Amino acid sequence: MAEAPVRPTTFRPRLRYEGWVSIAGLAIAWQVASLFFPHFLFPSLVEIARHFVAIFGAWDSVADVVETSARILAGLVGAFVFGSVLAFLMGRSESFARYVYPLLNFNQGIPALSWVVISIIWFKGIEFRIFFIMVMTMLPAFSFQILDAYRSMSKDLLEMTLSFRPSRYDLIRMLIVPTVLPGILTAWKVNLGNAARVVVVAELVGATGGIGYALLQQQQIFDMAGAIAWTLILVVFVLAVQRTITVIENWTLRYRPAAERTV
Amino acid sequence: MSATDLEIVFDRVNKSFERPGGSAFEAVRDLSFTVARGDLVAVLGKTGCGKSTMFNLLAGLIQPSAGTVRVQGRNPYRDFDWFRSKVGIVFQNDRLMPWRSALENIALGLEINKMPRAEREAIAARWLDRLGLSGHAQDYPHALSGGMRQRVSIARAFAVKPDILLADEPFSALDEVTGNALRAEFLDLVRDTGATSIFITHSIDEALQLGRRILVFRRPARLVYTAAGGNDVASAARAKIRAEILRALADEALEERETIP
Ligand SMILES: Nc1ncnc2c1ncn2[C@@H]1O[C@H](COP(=O)(O)OP(=O)(O)O)[C@@H](O)[C@H]1O
Ligand SMILES: [Mg+2]
Repeated sequence: MAEAPVRPTTFRPRLRYEGWVSIAGLAIAWQVASLFFPHFLFPSLVEIARHFVAIFGAWDSVADVVETSARILAGLVGAFVFGSVLAFLMGRSESFARYVYPLLNFNQGIPALSWVVISIIWFKGIEFRIFFIMVMTMLPAFSFQILDAYRSMSKDLLEMTLSFRPSRYDLIRMLIVPTVLPGILTAWKVNLGNAARVVVVAELVGATGGIGYALLQQQQIFDMAGAIAWTLILVVFVLAVQRTITVIENWTLRYRPAAERTV
Repeated sequence: MSATDLEIVFDRVNKSFERPGGSAFEAVRDLSFTVARGDLVAVLGKTGCGKSTMFNLLAGLIQPSAGTVRVQGRNPYRDFDWFRSKVGIVFQNDRLMPWRSALENIALGLEINKMPRAEREAIAARWLDRLGLSGHAQDYPHALSGGMRQRVSIARAFAVKPDILLADEPFSALDEVTGNALRAEFLDLVRDTGATSIFITHSIDEALQLGRRILVFRRPARLVYTAAGGNDVASAARAKIRAEILRALADEALEERETIP
């Protein structure tokens, strides 16, 4: 080929300058507030930054960050695996779906805090408690999203593929996985935010480390700057994972025409 | 002709679909016909008369409600996997996988047949060349025109070197110029492979031009008329066949009018 074809421009949810302006505006507003209110209500940016840096300066607090990140990712992977299996079984069997769907809907109404109470009463190990809470709260979203994607599979493409007599493995690899992949990536993006919110609640089950635990300590010593710094770390982690998922999405869904992703 | 020369046998086949209300809808009724090895058959019939359903029965994608379908002496539904790489289908719409490049779409059947990557890509590339698509190997379907996409889907069906080739109105979605060009290429390909071919069309001219035999179906799918076609039929005979086909199709219109209260 003479020259590389021009790739269509696609919308990428990357921070453009407008995003930075908004964030700067928020920071300035906070800083102005800090000049007029007592510092335990609105600590200055400098104070928050000092805490932020201090967190990375001590092994203990770095370990807290790593612990919570690992719990988020483990919970997501667990919910994804169980959710996919459920979605796949529901997709294969209509009667199985009729039994399980109401249960998932029922689960949707249970608050994370209820799972905290239940898991404390039921289980001993702290890590298992957290994992259980994460999986139970995020499972339905994964199942619903993947099942929807599975059910949207094109009958035309299925018949076309079947006419070549693929093995079950080839059918899954060539047709089913590419069909549900957009749904899987969406489910990950949606659930990532949920996971970050649930994990800090889950860490109240008696964890002696992690961002949730650190936040609880800040509350006890009434340190707003510390609380904000810890929160920011969680936000940064979520943004970093989000970005990773977007990169994966841009690569795996590169076959899509540009117009599809901008709507 | 001995029975073993019959590649495809439909014997008093019925097919009913269940309607949402629970009642049955009869799409194929008492359909019988045979196709000899290497023959090129054109099937004519109005929209909705069950031609595609006949293909789905032939391809083993659905089961007959009654009667028997035999392809190379086997039951295409029950012996589903036995037919791997024996049947190639060109559908009415291109049915390309949007996540596969043109090259990968052509190589789909070969990949299912476990052909090594280098080998199957070389074959797919030759098909791209042959159909005038070289340079588009890495393009995704959305970047190809309707005619190009249908070329890719034709190549996908031929690439596995099927014994039996089924084409379901593959040019009806294309504009006339593109359709005519592709029809001529398609006929060349069919003649080259020598595969037993069934070609569904709603154009009498296309059927007369392509088919060595012509079958006319009426709703619910059953055989109402058979004729010889192709270039060896004299033009006078051709005019007569044409008129007869028209009548076979037109009777249906009468019949339909009669059934509507
Ligand atoms: N899976 C199905 N379920 C119910 N009805 C069907 C199904 N497939 C086809 N039909 C019906 O059978 C009839 C014949 O359809 P088809 O074989 O597609 O016709 P043709 O290809 O000749 O236009 C149509 O009335 C169609 O609605
Ligand atoms: Mg049809």
